[in-house]
Amino acid sequence: MSVFEVFISAIFVNNIVLAQNLGNCPYLGCSKEKGVALGMGTSVIFVTVMATLCTWLVQKYLLVPIHLEYLQTLVFILIIASLVQFVEMFLKKAVPPLYASLGIYLPLITTNCCVLGVTLLVQREQYELMESLLYAFATGAGFLLALLLMAGVRERLETCRVPTAMTGTPIALIMAGIMSLSFMAFKGMV
Amino acid sequence: MVLSSILALTGLGFVAAVLLSVASRIFAVKEDPLVEKVTETLPGANCGGCGYAGCEGYAGAVVHDPSIPPNLCVVGGTKVASAIGKLTGKMTTEVEPLCAYRRCDKNAGHVAQRFDYKGIPSCAAAAALHHGSDQCGFSCLGFGDCVKVCLTSALRIENYIVEVNEAMCIGCGKCTKVCPRNVLQLIPKRARVAITCSTQDKLKAVMDVCKVGCIHCGKCVKTCPAKAISMENDRIQIDQKLCLEYGDSCNHACASACPRGILRLHGPAACAGRQNEAV
Repeated sequence: MSVFEVFISAIFVNNIVLAQNLGNCPYLGCSKEKGVALGMGTSVIFVTVMATLCTWLVQKYLLVPIHLEYLQTLVFILIIASLVQFVEMFLKKAVPPLYASLGIYLPLITTNCCVLGVTLLVQREQYELMESLLYAFATGAGFLLALLLMAGVRERLETCRVPTAMTGTPIALIMAGIMSLSFMAFKGMV
Repeated sequence: MVLSSILALTGLGFVAAVLLSVASRIFAVKEDPLVEKVTETLPGANCGGCGYAGCEGYAGAVVHDPSIPPNLCVVGGTKVASAIGKLTGKMTTEVEPLCAYRRCDKNAGHVAQRFDYKGIPSCAAAAALHHGSDQCGFSCLGFGDCVKVCLTSALRIENYIVEVNEAMCIGCGKCTKVCPRNVLQLIPKRARVAITCSTQDKLKAVMDVCKVGCIHCGKCVKTCPAKAISMENDRIQIDQKLCLEYGDSCNHACASACPRGILRLHGPAACAGRQNEAV
């Protein structure tokens, strides 16, 4: 697959949130304002790429040689969790401004299934290292896009008349469903 | 097979643990333990009443900046202020507990509607359309933008006007910022007199639309012995600090002088007044 195709596929056709239904918690939790959505989205891109790099190396040089591929999920969770902790500490010390803007989202990503999903999908598709990193970045971008779209819709929703029983999460879930449906139009493009 | 998997996982976990503990040493950022203590002292409501982005923000500021007073937390009041003063070694002054007060009594004034508003049910939107649907351009619109931001459910809408439950109000001032007509105002809970109109119109323009609107006659300004009442931006304002300092000896001169009954007794005085009426 060419670079371009990987991007189109990860962002639109197989959008991690809207087509694969991963990472729904931050999708609903962090999409109330565009600023928050942007912070969360960029944090996810960053962590996904880092996590894919680490897990890819661990898979190739540790799990495969000793035939423990079935422990993939468990090991990946362990790696992602410690990686996020490490990144958080590193940012706090080295780049305080970045920590101030991303810091509050990092703990949320520790157990984000979207990150774990990407690392596992990369193994299922048997991508090479560069390909995996690219795929991870594109998937993160797709997540950011979904979050931003949702935040935009929800900001508009603030001034709309919503039936009382539907206000808050119910209407957000309906919006998420409609958005998922509309993204189905991209199916078959790649 | 089992052994190797256990060993591999334990090994990985161990490596991760060691890496993290080493990293926590290397990347340790010295945080002021005082900030943490002050944060714990604060109520943790994150209301932003102090002007900072939450309790932690204020804690950091009050510890590091000597010019910031320890009594900015309106929710915690004097108790928290003195605790923070003790922790930071700053002088504490008493915190005046504030509450929101509605400067409008459109129902008592029989303010009529100019048109039937059927738009977005929010004060901001209603106020943007031809200065709102009320005859008075300064009235409470009663769509409850303030109710939505209130942290303690001290506000509710009753008969198309907001009612403030002063006992529940923590005085954070969120509602005063969101009100498009500046109808809500923060006053000390023990304030003696409060103003119940926010109009900037004068004389006939007020007389025509509201029975209890301020006509800007200026009687209160002249009567007040403490010179606490003034005209600011075409609205009467009471300097509550001056008023409270002067005390009860004026016998609420402004309230008795007001021909429209806009200056009303507030706090303990109002309760006493009501009791007298009941007797």
